[in-house]
Amino acid sequence: MEKFKVVHYINQFFGQIGGEEMATHPPEKRSGPVGPGLGLTAQFKGEAEIVATIICGDGYYNENMDSAAAAIVEMVREEQPDVFVAGPAFNAGRYGVACGAICKAVKDALQIPVLTGMYEENPGVDMYGKEIYIVSTRDSAAGMRSALPVIGKLLLKLARGERIGASVEEGYFSQGIRVNFFEEKRGSTRAVEMLVKKLADEPFVTEYPMPSFDRVDPMPAIKDLSTANIAIVTSGGIVPHGNPDRIESSSASKYGEYSIEGVADLVVGEWETAHGGYDPTAANHDADCVVPVDVLRDMEQEGIIGKLNPYFYSTVGNGTAVASSKQFAAEMAQKLIEQNVSAVILTST
Amino acid sequence: MAKEIERAGFPVAHICTVTPISKTVGANRIIPAIAIPHPLGDPSLDPANDKKLRREIVENALHALTTDVTEQTIFEE
Repeated sequence: MEKFKVVHYINQFFGQIGGEEMATHPPEKRSGPVGPGLGLTAQFKGEAEIVATIICGDGYYNENMDSAAAAIVEMVREEQPDVFVAGPAFNAGRYGVACGAICKAVKDALQIPVLTGMYEENPGVDMYGKEIYIVSTRDSAAGMRSALPVIGKLLLKLARGERIGASVEEGYFSQGIRVNFFEEKRGSTRAVEMLVKKLADEPFVTEYPMPSFDRVDPMPAIKDLSTANIAIVTSGGIVPHGNPDRIESSSASKYGEYSIEGVADLVVGEWETAHGGYDPTAANHDADCVVPVDVLRDMEQEGIIGKLNPYFYSTVGNGTAVASSKQFAAEMAQKLIEQNVSAVILTST
Repeated sequence: MAKEIERAGFPVAHICTVTPISKTVGANRIIPAIAIPHPLGDPSLDPANDKKLRREIVENALHALTTDVTEQTIFEE
């Protein structure tokens, strides 16, 4: 029997082209499997093969979403594959967005099954999880070994055109699709069983999870800029030279509060970024390109804004848990209240 | 972070390059930036034009902060 043909998408890191300094690498195609494609091939047990691997820098994809997708779709089309797979991206945000976006683009253009894998907090899950199969993985590449069998199994099912089971059975994120089936126990029995477990503090699984709409109402605009105190907050990891608080380059456990009183410009050698996961060359050379102290100081002098808050707040957004980010920001907000701040400019890398 | 700070009572202008992420996560005033490693600048420009570009983005952010919005809004230049 002929093997199913698979095209695999990976980033510059897994493609062994390089780290962040190569994140601008444009899409290229190589024949056969590369990097994680070798481990994935082992899962196919001869039933499928990776005929080509497309490698693209995460920065390149995210900054050129439309043109990158168009170019990659053509590379995939040339191979006429049965299935397209991307990643897995774990908790790498830009890689996850790229994997989700390219899967959707390939599915729409070529009408073939697609799948990828990532960690539940990866923004790619919220953005694409309803439209494509995204296998749930751990938050780092240490989870490669446990992710590949799940991806491989689902990929073969998709290639064979088999019926795909429920998300909890197959290991992908729920797409919000309901399928009719006959339960053995009737609804009232199941509801009472759940209630009894709940009363006994035992774990139970709801049959109807409530959607979570975590939205915050927009605050009113500031009325008079010329008297406003504007504060800067960043997830781009800008810190004084030497990173005195030792903020981690990924999965940050803390944030820093830094005085910019009397500082007109964040100059090279005095400020730098602690952030991993993006090329730090520009930020280390001129941190104003992440924390725009120079122009806000000018605007303060010109009377356009009342003042630039004497402190800014900084953490590293690379793989940092949502729960940590919430906690950091809630603490920052208390300090901003004490400092009579009017509005916040938040910058992200 | 944008949501937690706004929840505490501050209007927040979120300057970022990948605006779809900001929208998915729930920022209310979103300002498109230049590139992931240098959101408010372009190292290929000379220092004067680099700073001019940065000023334009900050002006757009301040415009957003002085504009009332009722829903998530991306402030294109």
